[in-house]
Amino acid sequence: MFGKLSLSAIPLSQPIPLITSLAVMAILIGVLVLVTVKGWWPYLWKEWITSVDHKRIGVMYVLLGVVMLIRGFADAIMMRTQQAMAIGAQGYLPPEHYNQIFSAHGTIMILFGAMPLVLGFMNFLVPLQLGVRDVAFPTFNSVGFWLTASGAFLVNVSLFVGEFARTGWLPYPPLSEVGYSPGVGVDYYLWAVQISGVGTLITGINIVTTVLKMRCPGMSYLRMPVFTWTALASCLLIIAVFPILTATLAMLTLDRYLGFHFFTNDAGGSPMMFMNLIWAWGHPEVYILVLPAFGIYSEIFPTFSGKPLFGYRSMVAATLFICIVSMMVWLHHFFTMGAGPAVNTFFGIASSVIAVGTGVKIYNWIFTMYGGRVRMEVPMLWSLGFIFTFVIGGLTGVLLAIPPADFLTHNSMFLVAHFHNVIVGGVVFAIFAGLEFWFPKAFGFRLHEGLGKAAFWFAFVGFWVTFAPLYVLGLEGMTRRLQHINIEEWRPMLYVSVVGVAILIVGVVAQVAQLVVSIRDREKLRDVTGDPWDGRSLEWATPSPPPFFNFAVLPNVEGEEAYWGIKQRAIETQQMSPEPRYRPIEMPINSPVGIYTAFFASVFGFAMIWHIWWLAILALVAAFAGFVVFAWRDVHEFEVPAEEVAQADRARRASREAALARMAAAEGTPEGAGA
Amino acid sequence: MSDIPFPASAEAIRRQREDPHRLGHRGHGREPVPGAGHGQTGPASKRIIVGYGFWIFLLSDIVIFSCFFAAYAVLQGQTAGGPTARQIVDTTRVAWETTFLLASSFTCGLSFAATNAKNLLWTQVFLALTGLLGLGFVGLELQEFLELAAAGATPQRSAFLTAFYSLVGCHGLHVSVGGLWLATMMAQLQVKGFRHEIMHRLICFNLFWHALDIVWVAIFSVVYLMGSIS
Ligand code: HEM
Ligand SMILES: [Cu+2]
Repeated sequence: MFGKLSLSAIPLSQPIPLITSLAVMAILIGVLVLVTVKGWWPYLWKEWITSVDHKRIGVMYVLLGVVMLIRGFADAIMMRTQQAMAIGAQGYLPPEHYNQIFSAHGTIMILFGAMPLVLGFMNFLVPLQLGVRDVAFPTFNSVGFWLTASGAFLVNVSLFVGEFARTGWLPYPPLSEVGYSPGVGVDYYLWAVQISGVGTLITGINIVTTVLKMRCPGMSYLRMPVFTWTALASCLLIIAVFPILTATLAMLTLDRYLGFHFFTNDAGGSPMMFMNLIWAWGHPEVYILVLPAFGIYSEIFPTFSGKPLFGYRSMVAATLFICIVSMMVWLHHFFTMGAGPAVNTFFGIASSVIAVGTGVKIYNWIFTMYGGRVRMEVPMLWSLGFIFTFVIGGLTGVLLAIPPADFLTHNSMFLVAHFHNVIVGGVVFAIFAGLEFWFPKAFGFRLHEGLGKAAFWFAFVGFWVTFAPLYVLGLEGMTRRLQHINIEEWRPMLYVSVVGVAILIVGVVAQVAQLVVSIRDREKLRDVTGDPWDGRSLEWATPSPPPFFNFAVLPNVEGEEAYWGIKQRAIETQQMSPEPRYRPIEMPINSPVGIYTAFFASVFGFAMIWHIWWLAILALVAAFAGFVVFAWRDVHEFEVPAEEVAQADRARRASREAALARMAAAEGTPEGAGA
Repeated sequence: MSDIPFPASAEAIRRQREDPHRLGHRGHGREPVPGAGHGQTGPASKRIIVGYGFWIFLLSDIVIFSCFFAAYAVLQGQTAGGPTARQIVDTTRVAWETTFLLASSFTCGLSFAATNAKNLLWTQVFLALTGLLGLGFVGLELQEFLELAAAGATPQRSAFLTAFYSLVGCHGLHVSVGGLWLATMMAQLQVKGFRHEIMHRLICFNLFWHALDIVWVAIFSVVYLMGSIS
């Protein structure tokens, strides 16, 4: 009846997961009770859960990502403390638990933390920057988000019921085959990642179609903001490589569930094939994350330097170059597995060549600041911290890409330091910079500046104190994924690293405090003009937060940096463009199909993990029924009357006009103006 | 937020903030072009957007098939003492399968011609034929799998058979799901007639079905033809 599921699946004997589970459940129940008591359900259901508005979906993605980052950070704290305590001793974590922690940490951070954050930014910004009203497929967009959430949900269920994989964030066979991992841990990994992968693919298709087919009049390719370019490149990579992940995990699933022999040691299976397939996805995956991050920096540097981006076209070229070459370097992840010198040389050179494209970008950002009027506000701090951190991460990456050097550092702490350098310094810093930068656009008020600066400095210093020692440890020969340490010489550096984590914790607290304080002071921090940073691309032409239809009338773009041009003209002539003729707008209606699909996907995944076959079939049938009902829907859109559109837009114009007048009176406040 | 003092006039601000060195901006896109510049006329029509998006989805599906093809290529020789490709290929059955599938693609195309002529009856007739031919294909494939399994050539027998069943089965699964989709859509067409969104779906279905045909041609060549001569 319940397959492999029984009461013993709940970790009653292990205090750490048990207490965590209870605490998380208490918080969850508390939130649910609060929402119910306050009567917020109708609002949440109508405005968020069933929303197909790309901005709402973007915000929900970001929320999911932030929560999962914190979850992953908790795992990280446990790992660092365990390693510091387990030098010639037991430590407090049993080995099999420690193995689950590093597997969950990697999986969660990359697939359920960084990925939703990046997708969230793309969802929120791409239509705004292109001057259109929504993405190409709004309802599918909602399905994509909820499937990602479903995957994240399954990963967290593994904490309460059963166990997680002990195989690392990429489940290498034969370790992940049934013979060596008989429990449900790997199955949790497989179904969670598979389901969220489908969601990611949907978003990828959506964004690519949006960028290629839905730009506002005059928005030619070489006028698109660089963030949109990087989103396009990143989503092209998603379309090219996420199917590889789907196929690879499907093969491993067949091996585990039906005794197939894709990757087994016996009957002719090939574990090496898994390495090739998984890294053909895995390496581009890091560029799927880092390219949009580059896009975020490319928006921040010009804005806070008061200058157009240096070398716009070379930036676009470098983005596409990285996009293509990143698919030709996957083998550098297993130089040491004996592919031979010729193959290793080819992949070593290909890997290093990426550094050229990245170098172009770094120089462009630096030259953007050169001769500009640089404002050291919080997004800029994160961006400068990024340049410093990422350059060092990139240099150590080039070192790893030289096969003979990699033989010494492969799977050592040096590698761990390298990829955290690029992934934290590149992606996570970008996310925080972007949150600070676009928060006023999404919510209508700015974040507290002082606490933001504090958060940056603690995170930056904490990051370096945590990871610099790992380079040293790696060179001293410490390998990754150790549960216990029996070499006394490593003690000092491991201790330093723990101190770094403590500093990082302060940074996280500052970040949370910033959010709380800003919400409290939101009236004082209100962004009335919609253009708080003196921005340059079209999202700043809308009010903060933008109306659900984004633009009353689609803008007509007449040059690079669409909004900057419009704004300058308004400042020069001291007046706004004449009022347009407003027309009614068609917008898609809300739909519960996303949450419905995700619900049955979660049930299906859970049933498959525990071998509850009848429930799995039931979930599939229900999902198909839902598909039919959805396809049967007659009304897809509703009309926003012209008066409503006009009303919203007149309010926006009034606030811009006021800003223009203020600017003329004060003769030069940098606060936004124009229309 | 920032309290850096700015120069007196708006004109001066403008000059200040402009790129003083004008490097990396070879004029392109800087000069305002009156009217909708660069021949871009705004968002495409719904029909184009839907077709385009679905086309991209098909590309990603082809990538999935490529992985199974790659696995087949790698594992082809790994028979672990079990039957080889040559021993399991039944050319007559494969010829029939191919005939069914290609014919179904033809009727699918005819159905779309009827759709363009807004002829409900013929659209339905050809869609039904497409579905039946597809069903025949899946039936034959199932028969093949069952006979092989009865003879002990199960996917668990060897890595080669694993790859064989998975590649061919992945295609068969696509055809079956396509059939389910087809049935749903025929019902919808009957009830609602040729509406915009139904036309869009018919376009997508056509793309899907023809793409499956192309994949089958590859399977036919790589698995069955090359298998029968190896
Ligand atoms: C400057 C360009 C880069 C080069 C040359 C490079 C090179 C490498 C090499 C050779 C490895 C394998 C080392 C080994 O296993 O011994 C590696 C691992 C890794 N890299 Fe990079 N990398 C670069 C950029 C990035 C970026 C931008 C990211 C993320 C956003 C990243 C994330 C990772 C991760 C997560 C691993 C760990 C894989 C594992 O679990 O074994 N790298 N990199
Ligand atoms: Cu790589």
